[in-house]
Amino acid sequence: MTSPPDRDPGLQPERTRLAWRRTTLSSTVAAVLAAKAALHGGITAEGIIICALCCTLWLSFLTVAHHRITTLATNSAPPPLTPRHATAAVLCTVAVAVCAAVLVY
Amino acid sequence: MIDFARNVRLWFAPQEISEEGSTPDYRFSLANERTFLAWLRTALALIGGGFAVDQFLPDLRWAWRVGLALALLAAGVLCSLRAVNHWVRCERAMRQGKDLPVSRFPALLGIAVAIVAVAMVIVVLAGWEG
Repeated sequence: MTSPPDRDPGLQPERTRLAWRRTTLSSTVAAVLAAKAALHGGITAEGIIICALCCTLWLSFLTVAHHRITTLATNSAPPPLTPRHATAAVLCTVAVAVCAAVLVY
Repeated sequence: MIDFARNVRLWFAPQEISEEGSTPDYRFSLANERTFLAWLRTALALIGGGFAVDQFLPDLRWAWRVGLALALLAAGVLCSLRAVNHWVRCERAMRQGKDLPVSRFPALLGIAVAIVAVAMVIVVLAGWEG
């Protein structure tokens, strides 16, 4: 990590890192609810597929978040988030919502 | 609309953003990123609400249950797409030294959540009629 004089007094990278953590936690809650909904009415092929899909999406989100956290932790003046990562995170979220719509309907 | 299409292209093309203007102080970029993440959490919460309505309100009539759940899920999708779009717009505005974009989305979302909350209060007070 950086030496004390380099440290940002506003702790911006740390706050951003924690924001990623909170968002990962939110996505975990959504994934758990998705798994519960998918396997609620007995174990069906459709339910298992959607459950596996939601787990994969959660893992993808976790990967994006972890990548960003690593970048934040290793640079004293971190580069901005790339649109590709932002889009990947959003697409994971949208895909979970689509899975949910299929389950609800 | 054309502006929106160009923004969608920018979601996938990071190099085009970094060609415009000058790089702002990294703290501003990080603040923008946190705002984006906060909106993403809001979207995830709405999606979680959609699951919860479907799962934990089995007594509700089918049409109401599915309608409410799909409305929450749609709001979540809208919120997350808007999150990345707003993030791109803010990032570009900061690079070009322009004013940050204004938006009526927070007001609309606030009003929608308030309407849903009032509807829930009425449903509870009316003793789950329906």
